[in-house]
Amino acid sequence: MSVIDVREAVTRAHREEWARVVAALARRFGDLDIAEDAAAEAFATAVERWPTDGVPPNPGAWLTTTANHKAIDRIRRENKRDDKHKEAQMVYDDDPPEPLGAIDDDRLRLLFTCCHPALAMEARVALTLRMVGGLTVPEIARAFLATESAIGQRITRAKAKIKATRIPYRMPSTEDLPVRVTGVLAVLFLVFNEGYLATGPDTDPVRHDLTAEAIRLTRLIRALLPDDGEVTGLLALMLLIDARRPARVSAGGELVALDEQDRGVWNTELIAEGHRLVRERLAAGVAPGRYQILAAINAVHTSARDIRDTDWSQILALYNQLVRIDPSPVVALNRAVAVAELDGPEVALAAVDRLEGALAGYHAYHATRADLLRRLRRSQDSRAAYDKAIELAGNTAETASLTRRRNQLG
Amino acid sequence: MQYLVSVIDDKSNPGSTDRQPAISAFNERLIAEGYWVFAGGLADTDAATVIDNRGEQVIVSDGPFVESKEYLAGVWVWEAPDLDVALRLATEASKVCDRKIEVRPFLAG
Repeated sequence: MSVIDVREAVTRAHREEWARVVAALARRFGDLDIAEDAAAEAFATAVERWPTDGVPPNPGAWLTTTANHKAIDRIRRENKRDDKHKEAQMVYDDDPPEPLGAIDDDRLRLLFTCCHPALAMEARVALTLRMVGGLTVPEIARAFLATESAIGQRITRAKAKIKATRIPYRMPSTEDLPVRVTGVLAVLFLVFNEGYLATGPDTDPVRHDLTAEAIRLTRLIRALLPDDGEVTGLLALMLLIDARRPARVSAGGELVALDEQDRGVWNTELIAEGHRLVRERLAAGVAPGRYQILAAINAVHTSARDIRDTDWSQILALYNQLVRIDPSPVVALNRAVAVAELDGPEVALAAVDRLEGALAGYHAYHATRADLLRRLRRSQDSRAAYDKAIELAGNTAETASLTRRRNQLG
Repeated sequence: MQYLVSVIDDKSNPGSTDRQPAISAFNERLIAEGYWVFAGGLADTDAATVIDNRGEQVIVSDGPFVESKEYLAGVWVWEAPDLDVALRLATEASKVCDRKIEVRPFLAG
């Protein structure tokens, strides 16, 4: 086996087995620190040994066994040093696994622990990417433009809180489950959004590593909770947004708005899968949640071969449905875009202007206003709105696009 | 594991004052279900006295150790198997007391 083959085998094993190894160890030893370190050591051992010993027939089992030995070595070492039994403080489920099929999965327990509502959102994101996603601290630091020590501390503190407060390592109770699933999905969507519209002057405008990771983890949770409509909805939503990635940034480095995108380069495979998932949810006949409605909106957009073929009345109907369950100003802003297509920019502008109090600090509010004002030929007002949007936008490609639009005003 | 459960009131926006019957009923349940270790409401912060005997001389001062809009109005100590159980009880406690609740674990053994 060539060096490259072995390297690929390690990379694949890392992608496919990391979460499983960490989760199995966390369950056995009741301690995230031990699980994380032992898993990392096991992969380091694989890098060392597989080139000479060959890739084992079952890499996952080899890694779990090796990580188990590393963990036991460490516990023995610490026991000798402390001369007392190191008590595992994290709670785990002592009950024998219930025959629930896919739902009884250590990775799901791990995901719920990392996304626990008692942890700060930014800690949940970092911990999930590290423990479930297997990203290294430097990788997470790069993704969120934070220093490695800041991310390292965030993860250390989160693990300390899990231990000190006894955040349990088990499936949430049936009554807590919907809220806890929502919490996990919020973390995954945040990771995805940061990838799709990356913040900051020193990063790529679209971070494929983050969108891919978010999709991978959402696929995992869908495999574990196949009947949860919002999980399926979020996966469909991510796929239908990610499908447009090839058209999202122009050769000149500008963000390309939906109405100007070259639809010929959209990823048809992802669109087909996203549409299939949306149809699956429609067939379920259950009132859809937020992610399912957003996925349906994106399904309508991706069904139009040309922007002029967009079924705006269908989109507006979906936004009206969304407003009923999520009456937030951001949803109202996006709804106004559909209103502009159906009732004209003047009606839409009136709706947008009502949101000023809530959204004055949000770049998309000013960008939407600027666009509507431009269509109403109110160049001066439009220019001022573009200026405000440019000032507030954090994404380099978006700033470039807004700047061009402003400079094209008559 | 034991948790200190603090009831937090807000001087500028105090919780309602008719909660005692509901709190008593909630306490009965905590006892019956085995979570109850201790409970007590506190007198107003004006009644607090601070002692500092770290230096040469003891210093006695009137009032709470920190003046703030939000203050501790009462405490529970609960015995619960894990944080999820404690948070579920705290969710009820906040409704029952009409006040914010902080849940904080005691250092383990």
